[in-house]
Amino acid sequence: MKFSKLGAVAILAVVGAYIRAIFFTPFDALQGPVQKIFYVHVASGFVGLYLGFGLVFVASVLYLWLRDPKLDRVAASSAEVGFVFTSVVLITGPLWGRPVWGTYWAWDAKLTLTLFLWFIFAGYIILRGAIDDFEMRARFSAVLGILGALLVPFIHLSVYFFRTLHPMPVLLKPSAPSISREMLITISAWLCAFILLYAWLLRERYLLAVDRDAAMEGSA
Amino acid sequence: MPHSVARTSADWRAPGFVSSTLTIARKDLLIELRSRSVILAALAFAVLAITIFFFAWDPTAVASIDLAPGVLWVIFTFSGLLGLHRSFGVEQPTRAMDALLAAPVGREAIYLGKLLANLSFVIVVQAVSLPTVALLYNVPVRGYVWPLIGVVLLAAVGLVAVGTLFSSMAVSTRLAELLLPLLALPFFVPVILPAAQATARLMSGRPVSEVSGYISILGSFDVVFLVVCTLLYPYTLEQ
Repeated sequence: MKFSKLGAVAILAVVGAYIRAIFFTPFDALQGPVQKIFYVHVASGFVGLYLGFGLVFVASVLYLWLRDPKLDRVAASSAEVGFVFTSVVLITGPLWGRPVWGTYWAWDAKLTLTLFLWFIFAGYIILRGAIDDFEMRARFSAVLGILGALLVPFIHLSVYFFRTLHPMPVLLKPSAPSISREMLITISAWLCAFILLYAWLLRERYLLAVDRDAAMEGSA
Repeated sequence: MPHSVARTSADWRAPGFVSSTLTIARKDLLIELRSRSVILAALAFAVLAITIFFFAWDPTAVASIDLAPGVLWVIFTFSGLLGLHRSFGVEQPTRAMDALLAAPVGREAIYLGKLLANLSFVIVVQAVSLPTVALLYNVPVRGYVWPLIGVVLLAAVGLVAVGTLFSSMAVSTRLAELLLPLLALPFFVPVILPAAQATARLMSGRPVSEVSGYISILGSFDVVFLVVCTLLYPYTLEQ
């Protein structure tokens, strides 16, 4: 496989982030080494849920407005890459939850919300696979992309009535981040590395969609 | 009558939005009433499921009043899906949808007409399964029957608003009826969850004021998704 410049940079950044987290970041005083899952978990959550889902929504709205097939390819690529990152969130979360909470899964607001966003991503990908017509596939998935994003505040509201077990945000909150400086540097490195990884995968998936559409047009 | 002369095409006016919506709803209900194919299946399914659920739990360990809200909402969800698939599936074999689209009615009116027909369908299923659950699970509902009906109706509007749109999309795909639950169920969660919670509270004798938070979630879901789905529906049609 041939790597683009972006790909090489992204892979180097991820390797660097791993080395930083494993060898140059101290253990958490209470949780010990298991706390290091936090870096993978939070970075993939940010990329998968905010960037991945956000871009699907924006590209879907723009597609229905402008009808540019490029926007549909962006939405489809972002959904697939976002699905992978969200899967990472759902795998790393329980791995951390078992030793720290004593349970793999809790029906907590954040966990439930992530799980249902993952289901919507999955439905989106299955929907695309079930339609042959290019234009119809683009329209239908744009409709689902928009509805999915609108659903988020409602799932959030309805599961908010449950008692919450998930830690409160330590990074994106009004006051200063509540983790040590070393950990803050590490998580920032992870975020940058995963944003690069997302950008690279998105671009590769987009180019694949271009090739695939060209091949479909050639065979039709 | 002043209209004694034959009307020319210039005099002809397309029916208004409300009347075309009602005409489409009436058409769908008439088809269902004459064939009675899906409504009977849905009712039989609902009653069967109610009895089977009872045996899925150990009645000596779990009180039937604790089961009743869950059973009720599982049944509403799945029998609703049965009806939703029929909504656009009934137009498929003869490609009747093309005729509907050629007719001088707004596409939003088609959506709202279908929605009204589906809503009536779901309400009939609910009107049968709610008393059946109350009877077989020995749940006294007399004290809070109106708030309960309110919760059920609010939830029905939300389920049907989203379900009708997805039904329109699902019939055009290769997976057809398989795709509808896959798309719709994640969207049913913010409806089922507050509705089931509110039902459970009411059934355990809590005051209505305690469920007002759930009712406002249901209400706002209905408003948002009714508006957005009506606006998005035209994009799910042949263009």
